[in-house]
Amino acid sequence: MSAPGAVLPETAAVHWRPRLDAERLRRRGRLWTATTVAHSIPFLVTAVVLLALEPLSFPVAIMAIVHAWMIPELYAARGANVLRPRRRSADGPERVAAGLLGDLVGHAAREVHGRTGVVPERGRLGIWVVGEAGALLVRPGGRRVDCWCVKADAADLPSGDRIAHLLLALREDEQGFATVANLAFSGARWRVRRRLTPAVRPALDAAAGLAR
Amino acid sequence: MARLIRMDQTGHTTLAEWTAGDPSSAEAAIAAFREELDAGYYAVVSAGEGQAEQVRELPLEADLVILRRPIAGG
Repeated sequence: MSAPGAVLPETAAVHWRPRLDAERLRRRGRLWTATTVAHSIPFLVTAVVLLALEPLSFPVAIMAIVHAWMIPELYAARGANVLRPRRRSADGPERVAAGLLGDLVGHAAREVHGRTGVVPERGRLGIWVVGEAGALLVRPGGRRVDCWCVKADAADLPSGDRIAHLLLALREDEQGFATVANLAFSGARWRVRRRLTPAVRPALDAAAGLAR
Repeated sequence: MARLIRMDQTGHTTLAEWTAGDPSSAEAAIAAFREELDAGYYAVVSAGEGQAEQVRELPLEADLVILRRPIAGG
């Protein structure tokens, strides 16, 4: 959770974006879902019309259905990609960075990081799962997930430091953090979960448990 | 002993250490702090569980001040 009244300085770089609060987040989620449906429905309608007009056109109808199914899957894959592990630094810096990150979080989060490479963090908007180049936000209730693409402006940092950068910014100003980050996906948790690397899935499951 | 650290490619680097009873170490820490802010770093201190605060002056009473790079949407 961020300190009351604090504003993340990076928000100045995206001054045209309205500050993201819970209501705006809900609206963006609904818009995201509506957009995905709008992209998928035409393919389903095409399949139905083709089959109605000419049953022998079923191969094309099947292709249209596959397209309708793939669109949300591709969006979800893009969302899950924000938690994909990045290239490792040398062992020494990785160890030092992991030590600092461990000092910033509690025992439970440290244990999750050791197993999954990401860190859970409770916020006002939901439960965050913070990775090296992005974060997932599990909304209250645990069913919906927003995937945010955001990273430290330094390519040579060890993994732990990349996470620590995001974690500190999140703690400074949660709404500002979500304002600066780019939304890569918003939708069902199950859809994102199966696109995550298996090692990270327990962290999402744990976050969903905390969000319920 | 309080520390000013910068997250960097080595994990982190300790730039300064100071104690309340040693004004010269505090002055050196303040100078190092300003230099890093001028270089584009942000300074953060923990403000209780799950909270952090950005600072623009070195808080001499803090145990640990962390310097981080800006973040940006990817």
